[in-house]
Amino acid sequence: MKTTSRIYTALVFIFLFAPIAILLVFSFNESKSLSVFGGFSIKWYRELLHDEATLESVRNTLLLAVSAMVISTVMGTAAAVGIQKLRSKWLRTALSTATDIPMTNPDIITGISLMLMFVFVGRLFGLANSLSFWTMLIAHVTFCLPYVILQVLPRLRQMDPSLPEAAQDLGCPPLRAFFKVVLPEIRPGIVTGAIMAFTLSLDDFVISYFTSGAGFQTLPVRIYNMTKKTVTPKMYALATIIFFVILALLLISNLTDQNKKKPNQ
Amino acid sequence: MCQEGRSPVFLQSERFGGTLMKKIVELKNISKSFDGETVLDNINLDIYDNEFLTLLGPSGCGKTTTLRIIGGFEHPDQGDVIFMGERINDMPPHKRNVNTVFQKYAMFPHLNVFENIAFPLRERRVPKKTIEEKVHEMLSMVMLNGFDHRRVTSLSGGQQQRVAIARALIGQPKVLLLDEPLGALDLKLRKDMQQELKKIQKATGITFIFVTHDQEEALTMSDTIVVMSQGRIQQIGTPQDIYNEPKNAFVADFIGESNILDGTMLKDLMVRFSGTTFQCVDKGFAPQEPVDVVVRPEDVDIVAQEKGMLRGVVTSVTFMGVHYEVIVDIGGFKWMIQTTDYVGEGEYIGLYIEPDAIHIMKKSEYSGLYGDYSSFSNELDELSDPGEESEDYE
Repeated sequence: MKTTSRIYTALVFIFLFAPIAILLVFSFNESKSLSVFGGFSIKWYRELLHDEATLESVRNTLLLAVSAMVISTVMGTAAAVGIQKLRSKWLRTALSTATDIPMTNPDIITGISLMLMFVFVGRLFGLANSLSFWTMLIAHVTFCLPYVILQVLPRLRQMDPSLPEAAQDLGCPPLRAFFKVVLPEIRPGIVTGAIMAFTLSLDDFVISYFTSGAGFQTLPVRIYNMTKKTVTPKMYALATIIFFVILALLLISNLTDQNKKKPNQ
Repeated sequence: MCQEGRSPVFLQSERFGGTLMKKIVELKNISKSFDGETVLDNINLDIYDNEFLTLLGPSGCGKTTTLRIIGGFEHPDQGDVIFMGERINDMPPHKRNVNTVFQKYAMFPHLNVFENIAFPLRERRVPKKTIEEKVHEMLSMVMLNGFDHRRVTSLSGGQQQRVAIARALIGQPKVLLLDEPLGALDLKLRKDMQQELKKIQKATGITFIFVTHDQEEALTMSDTIVVMSQGRIQQIGTPQDIYNEPKNAFVADFIGESNILDGTMLKDLMVRFSGTTFQCVDKGFAPQEPVDVVVRPEDVDIVAQEKGMLRGVVTSVTFMGVHYEVIVDIGGFKWMIQTTDYVGEGEYIGLYIEPDAIHIMKKSEYSGLYGDYSSFSNELDELSDPGEESEDYE
């Protein structure tokens, strides 16, 4: 029984990580071939460094991800605080369900609807091409926001509601009481929410594809456009780097979460 | 419902034996409702300097809301809150010279004991050295010397309670509000903390407004007790007043054990109940006025059947340690009697009641709500006690 479960676990892990392992191996392939490993080399990584257009899209992606993260974290935290403060239970449930909808909505529908809206509003103002960095940013904030709220809201619920009152009672104006007492309590949720927003924005393709303009291209969109021609192992190198960056972020997020939980137990 | 037309001077002399006291907090015609449900109905209350005042009542009686209105966390729909002569209805909590000890302590988990207590002084930008001195002074007052760097989450309930008290007192408020602060502690710790709180209140001279549903706690700690029910004040008075001269059936039933009977005032100093006429010490009622009669279980003497003013049969005897709790059936009404003399179940006995053991109350909306002790058992009594038990023993 034990051995079968071990084999099963091994199979699951192989199934999960084989594609990434292959990607990793072939990113170091000397030859261009996908079937033959022609020896170890880092030439694709070097070539990647000289591909200006790709690097530009990497910069764009990061700029977009950081901006979307900051904006959605601030907005999401504020929204969660507002939802938690509502007296009516009915309204509170209704609102948090409503904010969950963008999460359950298929990306393609969110993407198309956002594109339609941007074009429609653009036309209203007589713009020929309304899609730009800003429309993408709005789009990314839209789909990141619910995840931040989802992370912060439970933290607020766990918190003793008399904490902010106690701070005010002891001489803090309400806003200051929030920063001094509430924020430290919900910080783990905010950090996790921010990291989720960052990674979601980083790897989003579908919504970005519909809302990106000609002048501003993110990495996933660029890779997709490149596959229309031929994929060079340069992209494997890039994908490998992205994989490890996201892995690192996930680890950090999990570790901070655990560190915060320990003292309370 | 309260203090109708009594002059402040009379009140003061009544409460404090003649010493003139300054009013600290005045609640004038306060009403408050949540979602259409009335929580406070025209509350009028004066709270004096240096006073230990307890708001006592079952859950949902409005005592916590009253406290939160004084603290500034709720706004009255009607009426005024006066603090040292100044109307403070619209003053936010952080500007009020009032501090609160919250029910679940509300410790700041990310700060250690020292920083929790220092919090109000840091807000006021008090110099570091003064803060250190003051915090240590507070720590020794609540007997937590050397706890400076402990995490508040590692403290026991009783210790957190002490930190909460130190934190609330370090800013030297005029008034300290305590919202059922001992509710979560076990019985022994609770008794110790009652003594300690009383001591701290005497030492600091700060007015304490204490909320509880525990009548025993209220009786042992307070200078003044305010009994509340259904958003209204039922009675204001010293613990002795409240216990010996309850104003209506609600107060009589809520404070201590009591036999509440239907009676008729024949004339001054004479009342008839249980088919017998008794001498009493109350007067000023109309002839033949229907009244509620209260007899406390410890004020009844058990005598031989032929010597008794009332006669009945013992239906149950419970040993309580200091005394026996005896239930006696007299003409269908079950009396509770506390006695140190043993009587056996099924015995026929007589009851003797001194005139001053009989307390007469006017009929009120609460009359007839509290029956006899026919279904009495200690366990049941605890279950049906209108306190916030479920919250207490979490």
